[in-house]
This record gives sequence, structure tokens and C-alpha cells, in this order.
Amino acid sequence: MTLAANDGVNGVALGVFIFFFLAVTVIGFMAARWRRAENEQSLDEWGLGGRSFGTWVTWFLLGGDLYTAYTFVAVPAAVYAAGAAGFFAVPYTILVYPLIFTFLPRLWSVSHKHGYVTTSDFVRGRFGSKGLSLAVAVTGILATMPYIALQLVGIQAVLDVMGIGGSSNWFVKDLPLLIAFAVLAAYTYSSGLRAPALIAFVKDTLIYIVILVAIIYIPIKLGGFDDIFAAARHKFETPNAAGKPTGALVPPEAGQWTYATLALGSALALFMYPHSITATLSSRSRNVIRRNTTILPLYSLMLGLLALLGFMAIAAGVKVKNGQLAIPQLFEDMFPDWFAGVAFAAIGIGALVPAAIMSIAAANLFTRNIYKDFIKPDATPEQETKVSKLVSLLVKVGALVFVLTMDKTVAINFQLLGGIWILQTFPSLVGGLFTRWFHRWALLAGWAVGMAYGTLAAYGVASPTQKHFGGSSKEIPGIGEIGYIGLTAFLLNVAVTVVLTVVLRALKAPDGVDETSPEDYTADAGDPGVQTELPPATAGSTH
Amino acid sequence: MPESTQERRPVITPARVVIALCLIAPFVAMLWVGSYAKADPALAGIPFFYWYQMLWVVISTALTMLAYKLWQHDQQGRKAGEGK
Repeated sequence: MTLAANDGVNGVALGVFIFFFLAVTVIGFMAARWRRAENEQSLDEWGLGGRSFGTWVTWFLLGGDLYTAYTFVAVPAAVYAAGAAGFFAVPYTILVYPLIFTFLPRLWSVSHKHGYVTTSDFVRGRFGSKGLSLAVAVTGILATMPYIALQLVGIQAVLDVMGIGGSSNWFVKDLPLLIAFAVLAAYTYSSGLRAPALIAFVKDTLIYIVILVAIIYIPIKLGGFDDIFAAARHKFETPNAAGKPTGALVPPEAGQWTYATLALGSALALFMYPHSITATLSSRSRNVIRRNTTILPLYSLMLGLLALLGFMAIAAGVKVKNGQLAIPQLFEDMFPDWFAGVAFAAIGIGALVPAAIMSIAAANLFTRNIYKDFIKPDATPEQETKVSKLVSLLVKVGALVFVLTMDKTVAINFQLLGGIWILQTFPSLVGGLFTRWFHRWALLAGWAVGMAYGTLAAYGVASPTQKHFGGSSKEIPGIGEIGYIGLTAFLLNVAVTVVLTVVLRALKAPDGVDETSPEDYTADAGDPGVQTELPPATAGSTH
Repeated sequence: MPESTQERRPVITPARVVIALCLIAPFVAMLWVGSYAKADPALAGIPFFYWYQMLWVVISTALTMLAYKLWQHDQQGRKAGEGK
């Protein structure tokens, strides 16, 4: 249960918030007309924006889904609650770029060669296995839901602090959330990927303004970082009811494994998400991806500064029962009303954009790899697009169910839970990008073991507020240190895959047909010095 | 689609080793938490633990940029070497 931090409605802040919200809604609907191609009914068009985005648009798109309510609400909230442990998000985002640099250009090339829109498409083509492709699709859709839920939690936190939705009546309480949800759903439905790409500009501008102001203005008002960290140290060292310190400014020996595994596990998981792949594939050339990895880290710096807001909230004396409200509450306490409204709009829109991108990506997955492969193989491009649109709604409804039924006080767990699942597709995807050695059945078995272990382990973690799914770290079997469950499950997955591959190869189990060839993985970028024409966007489109 | 020419150059070149090092360095630095889990020296009141990691955002960006440039150079060299 969230608790309204104050009872009054902040009229000015709410007014500014609504203004920006309406503005992006208009942009969202107009986006449908932006750079429209001849064949707007194809899935390529709705789901990948025609695959024609250059460095800057892709940068905004990728940034739009990498830095989200996670950045603005969940991470600072974790820092606010536990200190250093929540800062793992910074090394996590640092490690993402070398990974993207290494893996994604290959995926881009092979996808553009064969018209793959999703990771499942690739896995099916590479391993000739519909079962494996289905596993990857289901995992992608499942893992995306809690991630979208995290975005909705972010919006809800803002609405809570503004004083609406705090009523004890469940319907009135959640009404603003439902409205926000409906608007998001409506314009995503009509504009596809073009909506979030355009809105991302507005969002990032707002966010940069808010961050700059917050990072300069709030520390000055609080008397500098010395005072801020002194206050935080005092809070963390004060024992709680159980007589233990509540957090730490520097991770103790025992927390370092957790810190490192969370960072690594999250980094490996991030670009496996359907939405990261969508953003990547919508870039114009293979080179755009690499170029992007050199400018995207700007976002990491932003994330680090935002994480420090958690300490500032402590120093400012913000006391909230639900940690997710810490940052919105800090903004309301520190800023004049009108600017608090701008900040709330930044958070709100910063959650909307990624939620839209994520649901589109999950919908693409369903349509291509479940609907078309298993339900209606002869679907026309129009039917594909229609189903995608509908499923993008359903996925959002699924996320809404997460928000309304699960405990939201440690929202960062939503994202970590999704990470546990999505990481299990890593061997099939990244393994497949580099080698055909893995056997398809071994990959499927490894995936199943990883999923089962990860889900069970996460189910068994209790927190003070809930009995199951209370956290994402657990003792690593055999090492005895506490580590991220996702990474443990991933290692288990790889071990099973390798062993079974050896066995299956020895038994000469039938290998699937590989429709890709080695040079597909370096296509176009095999010669990046030469300007090649745009790769054909094959699937379903005719132009 | 033209027939792809078989690469004649060695797969491992000094430039590629540097690229690999650029990409691996952030992992070593960030996953070795014990090397930076301390409060001092503080910078402008921010404990070492925090500013050091933020500094690595900048360092890793520079390394990735270097890797990108080297890779472009490498690919152009290969292109020219193929003599298409």
C-alpha cells in the first residue's frame, strides 16, 4: 500500500504536470504523421519505425528505454533506503556499453539480412527450432511486464506526492494511474514506435533541465555534499529496531559480491530485453549502434547524479514510508510549486516513453513468434500489425496487474525480477551470434533449468513486507556469498547447455537448419568505411 | 551480393588487442568492488566510492570511443587490403 505523503493537492504543480502531459499526448498523436512511409500497415513500419532512424533519434530512443522510472524513482529510492547498495546501477550502466559494442552490431547485420524483427526470429533462423524461438518469445514478454510495471509505479509515485490518488478508496486511489495508462495505450496504439521516438526529445529535454537544477540547487540549499553525506551516515548508522545499521555509505565486505553480481547481471540482461533490441534494430546502419555506445554513457552520468538524490532526500529530512516517494517528495519540498510540476512531468513522461517502447517490443514478439508461428502462419501484414497493436494493450494490462497486486515499496525489484528471466535467453541469443556449436535442445534445456531455478529462488526470498519475491539476491550455491539470483541462474543455464551439447553431439541428435551464413553477421558493417545504401526492411513491407 | 573475399590478414592484430583491452577494462575496474569500497579521499564532500565510479563513466566512455576509432581504422585497412 502506498501512503499519500501529504493530504493537500498541489494545484500549481498539478497544473504544470497536466500541461506537459497534454502536450506530449498531442505530439504522440501527431507522431503518426512523422516520416510516414508508404506502407504504414506493416509491422516493420509500426514496430520499428521503418528502420530508418539515425544516430540521434536512436540515441534518444535507446536512452528513452534505458533510463526510465528506474533511474528517476527506483534507484534513488534504493539509495535512500540502503545507501551504497543501491548505487550498483552506475557500474551496471557502465558495463552495458562494451557489451552493446561487442554483440549488437552482429545482431543488427544478421537481422537486416534476413528481415528479423525480434530476437526470437533470429533464434529460429539460426537454430531452426520453433521450440527455442517460442521459449525466447515467452521469456521476453514475461520479463517485460514487471519492467513496465516499474514505470507505472514511477507515475503513481508522482501522482501520490501531488496529492491525488491518496484516498483510501481503491478506485479513486488508482484512478489517475488508470488515466495515465489509458492515454499511453491510446497513442502507442495509433502511432507505434514513432510516438515514443518523438516524445523522447521532449522527455530528455525536461529531464536534463530538472537534473541540472536538482544537482546544483538542492545541494546548495542543503549546505553542500559534506552535510548531505554526514546526514546520510548518521541515518544509516542509527540502529533500527533489530539493532542493526539500516544501510552503509560504503559497501561492507559482505555486500561486495552482491554489488558486483547485481551490476554484471543487470548489464548482461539489459540489451536482451525486447525493447532494447527494438531500439537497436530501428537504427539506420550497423555503425550507428557503435557510434551510439560512445555517446550513450552521458546517461550513466545522469544516473549517478540522480542516485545521489537519495542521500539528499535524507539530508532534507524527507520521511516517507514508501521509499519510491522519496524523490518526488524531495522535489516538492525543495522546489517552488511550478518547478516541482516540471520535475513531476519529467518523471511521468520519463516513465511513459519506455513503457510504450517496451509494450511495442513485447507485442512484436508475440505477433511474430507466437501468433504467426503457431496460430496463423499465413497472416497478412495488416493482420500482423493489428494483432501487435492489440497485444501491446494486453501487455500493459498485465503490467497494471503487477502494479495493483504486488508490493511496490522496493520497485527496483520489479526490474531485477525481469532480469532474472530475460538473462536466460542469453546463451541462445549471444551464443548464437558467435557460434553454432550449441545444440538447440541443449539450449532449451539450459533455458528451462535457468528459468526454474531463478523463479524458485526469487519466490523463496522474503522481505519485511512480503513473503515471496521480496528480493533478488540469495546465497550463491558453492560460493556462500550473497549474489544476484539472475546471474547464478544464468551460470547454471550455461553449464547445462554446454554439458548437454556435448552429449547430444556425441549422440548425433538431429541439428536444426541454420539459414544464416557467416558473412551475414558482418553484412554492411563488414565494410563500414563504404557508404552502402540502406538495408532493405524486408519483413512484410513491399517498398 | 558480391562473393566475399577470404580474409588474408591475421585475425589477431595489435590494434585488435588494444580494442579488446579497452572493452574489458571497465569490467575489471567495476567488478573489483574491494578496490574502491572506501570513503576517503572524498572529493568536494562526496566519498571516494561515489566519485570514483562516476569518474569511470567518463573513463569507459573514452575507452569505448578509442575502441570505435581503432575498429573503424582496422576495417578500412582491411577493406583497402582486399583490393576490391
